[in-house]
Amino acid sequence: MKLLTQSAMALALMANTAAAEGDLVVYHWFEYMPQELLDKFTAETGINVTMDTYDSNEAMLASLKAGGMGTYDVAVPGDYMVAIMAGEGLLDTIADGELANKGNIAPEWADPSFDPGRTHSIPYQWGSTAFSVDTEAYSGDINTTDILFNPPAELSGKINMLDSQGEVMALASLHMGIPQCSSDREQLKALNEMLVNAKAHWASFNSDTAKEVLVSGDVAVGMIYDGFGAKARAEKASLQYAFPTQGYVVWMDNVVLLKDAPNRDNALKFMDFLLQPENIAAVSNYARYGAGVSGVGDFLDPELATLPEANPPATAGQGAFIEVCDEATQAVYDQIWTNVKK
Amino acid sequence: MAGGAASGGSSAADTYAGARNWLLMPSWVVLIVFVLAPVCMMLIYSFLTKEFRGGVIWEFSLKAYDQFFCDRGLFGDEPCAIEWTYITIFWRSIWQAGAATILSLIIGFPTAYFIATRPERTRAMWVFLITIPYWVNLLIRTVSMKFLLRDQGPLNDFLISIGLIDSPLHIINTNLAVQLGLFYSYLPFMVLPIYASVERYNFALSEAAADLYATKWTTLRRILLPAVKPGVIAGCILVFVPSLGAFLAPDLLGGAKNFMIGSLIEEQFKGNAGNWPFGAAASMILLTMVLIILLIFARQQRKAEATS
Amino acid sequence: MSAKTDVKTYSGFKFMTLLCLVILYAPLIVVTVYSFNASKSITVWEGLSLRWYADVFVGPESGKFKQAAINSFVIAIVAATISTTIATLAATAIVRGGKFRLRTASLGLISLPLMVPEIVTAVALLIFYNSIGFDRGLLTILVAHIAFCIPFAYLPIQARMQGIEDTYEQAAMDLYATKAQAFRRVLLPLMMPGIISGFLLAFIVSLDDFIITNFVKGAGVETLPTAIFGSVKQGLKPNIMAISTMLLAVSIVMVTISYFVSKSDNTK
Repeated sequence: MKLLTQSAMALALMANTAAAEGDLVVYHWFEYMPQELLDKFTAETGINVTMDTYDSNEAMLASLKAGGMGTYDVAVPGDYMVAIMAGEGLLDTIADGELANKGNIAPEWADPSFDPGRTHSIPYQWGSTAFSVDTEAYSGDINTTDILFNPPAELSGKINMLDSQGEVMALASLHMGIPQCSSDREQLKALNEMLVNAKAHWASFNSDTAKEVLVSGDVAVGMIYDGFGAKARAEKASLQYAFPTQGYVVWMDNVVLLKDAPNRDNALKFMDFLLQPENIAAVSNYARYGAGVSGVGDFLDPELATLPEANPPATAGQGAFIEVCDEATQAVYDQIWTNVKK
Repeated sequence: MAGGAASGGSSAADTYAGARNWLLMPSWVVLIVFVLAPVCMMLIYSFLTKEFRGGVIWEFSLKAYDQFFCDRGLFGDEPCAIEWTYITIFWRSIWQAGAATILSLIIGFPTAYFIATRPERTRAMWVFLITIPYWVNLLIRTVSMKFLLRDQGPLNDFLISIGLIDSPLHIINTNLAVQLGLFYSYLPFMVLPIYASVERYNFALSEAAADLYATKWTTLRRILLPAVKPGVIAGCILVFVPSLGAFLAPDLLGGAKNFMIGSLIEEQFKGNAGNWPFGAAASMILLTMVLIILLIFARQQRKAEATS
Repeated sequence: MSAKTDVKTYSGFKFMTLLCLVILYAPLIVVTVYSFNASKSITVWEGLSLRWYADVFVGPESGKFKQAAINSFVIAIVAATISTTIATLAATAIVRGGKFRLRTASLGLISLPLMVPEIVTAVALLIFYNSIGFDRGLLTILVAHIAFCIPFAYLPIQARMQGIEDTYEQAAMDLYATKAQAFRRVLLPLMMPGIISGFLLAFIVSLDDFIITNFVKGAGVETLPTAIFGSVKQGLKPNIMAISTMLLAVSIVMVTISYFVSKSDNTK
């Protein structure tokens, strides 16, 4: 019984410290924030950071809608998800003057379509999504989406896809040359058929192990983010990141201020911290993606400037952001996804 | 074990009959509030209207069940045809769980029997040997299984080095990998109830059969098996039911390529789909299926008890 | 005597038992061996090293795992204690309460968490907490664990109590002990082995639970399984193997202790 009361007290104590002042609860992608940077933030401000991680925009949204609101202060959704979350009323508005370093945002990212005027978010990192190919296993031209959706025989059954509906659908639409939120029935039927057929060539759907399966040689082709691709190449030199002529997905992850944030002031401090070139450059150096802040150049690892994964060749197609479909159109895309994974 | 609880005790001792209600109160309160009420709430949710991107709108709707049973085409405007998508997913789950159960039975029955026939002193030690791996987190066991089964993993290395195979067996990301994972996860659940019933078995019956010139395998089939049947069935249920709703093994070992019931449900709440009423409906259908299986089992058990 | 063992033994069963043990232990042995690997990559062997054990305690993720371990053990101890208490009371009523109308219903209710697939319980609790606006955190995990640990605690306790003749308590009461005294002084000590194994079973089940915890946990609240899942999804890392090996060692120690406890009880 004594043990019980002691444990109960310990439990109550832990519950209390979590709500105390000087805290910040971050909901973040996995492996996307160097621990040293968090330590630096804590050292500068005395704010304790708790981090919880997710592996897809959709999982983050689901968790927030299923009772996660009011517990996290900031999250890091991708571009299209910022628009969705704003539409769902999950984001708080950052008033003018609340962020001292807002002027540091690079001009090209200061007024994006997914968050006009940057009223809810600041840039975190931006990059692209395509795929990496092991050039030891395949010597042909890799800069085509056929590698994923209509692969040559030697790559069939050796392909890992990201377990992310939005990115797979967007890349598939680019492959077929149709708009992302098409409502044209013939196009949608063709898309459905193409994906169901392509699935026969795929070994697995894995987002978390996207890099590992490539490095270990479990697959020869893997859909991947550019920075992850660079990390994979560092571990296995024969891996090459592709820029398909049909186009590829570009994205920007953004730090957003969540509605009902328990530590709103600390969240703003955190955002200001990440808008300092030196700090966000540390993220870029770690994650190998681009920063959306002016003046980071001096702090960046010189290698990043020439990184093949961040510098599309002249033959590369257009980069495209993932679009947000309306409910009726989305229902069809959801149905296609179910057909692929059933 | 489910069978054990369901049959209860037959002793009619009534020392504490007077305090009965007070003694039962805590379990009733906790289980009604935190198991029964949530399941009822889930039933209600399965009849609500889905909110776009997760959540519900409090309006009655049969849409979730319609989606499950009716195929209305890619655009949802055709008349209702039989929806094979979810039947396929359920059938695959049943098949995977069934295969895992049979595998467990093939390995688990001889093991349980062997342990139950050891000298009484060492039996507990054998039981502990079987249960220790279960103390290691299921996740870790599943991931280490994945590690073991990889094309360039220790299993293939070993088989190649002893010359049994020439090129690596491709197991990972296949249905077989999922079955092996489920089998491995729940194997101790098969061994323990069978062990318990073999231990209670009266071997004089086998001796009598042997005296009547029955062969050993006939004795096993005709005398022992019927006697330990409740244990076997309990073991099968304990492997089958959790396998049916599993999502770690299909996710980690099967490459998340084919939905199983568990991953389908999880996707509605944590993944892309965000369709709560549908997730609740799929959960209700799974629960109904499991309860029907248990009911059939309980009825057979009662029949077996009545005839014996 | 020789005839008797002959009837009992089936050739091949011993082989199957050994096969069963090999299957059960092979992955664990692989994990244990590779936890001592010096290499950062799990696929390459670079010699013996304890670096990953050091990493668990002082590495970049040590804080997270320490907190998760504390959460897990606190929840498991509290949940196992409460559910064992509840289960003991319920078993007393069901085994020693005579025949009564709600007996079957009570048994059904207690075994409910065993019959409902875990994913269904998880979804139901998520919906339930959500609809009553119960903020998710340690408490939501704890309550869920108490509920689904009850049948695991109950089964060994009931099994033990059925094996105890009620004549012991009757004798005590004949000697003018009250019912409460008979319960505390006679029945409870006799039931101790059952209660201990019930507690241990509930404890492991709680410590091991991932699916339900993952659905009902609050922001930033991790238990060992969810923390491990967060890391392990990106591939099995050597530090996770080190944690697993240590957990395995803890388990073996606990199992051994309970083995000797039950053994000493038998010799009494």
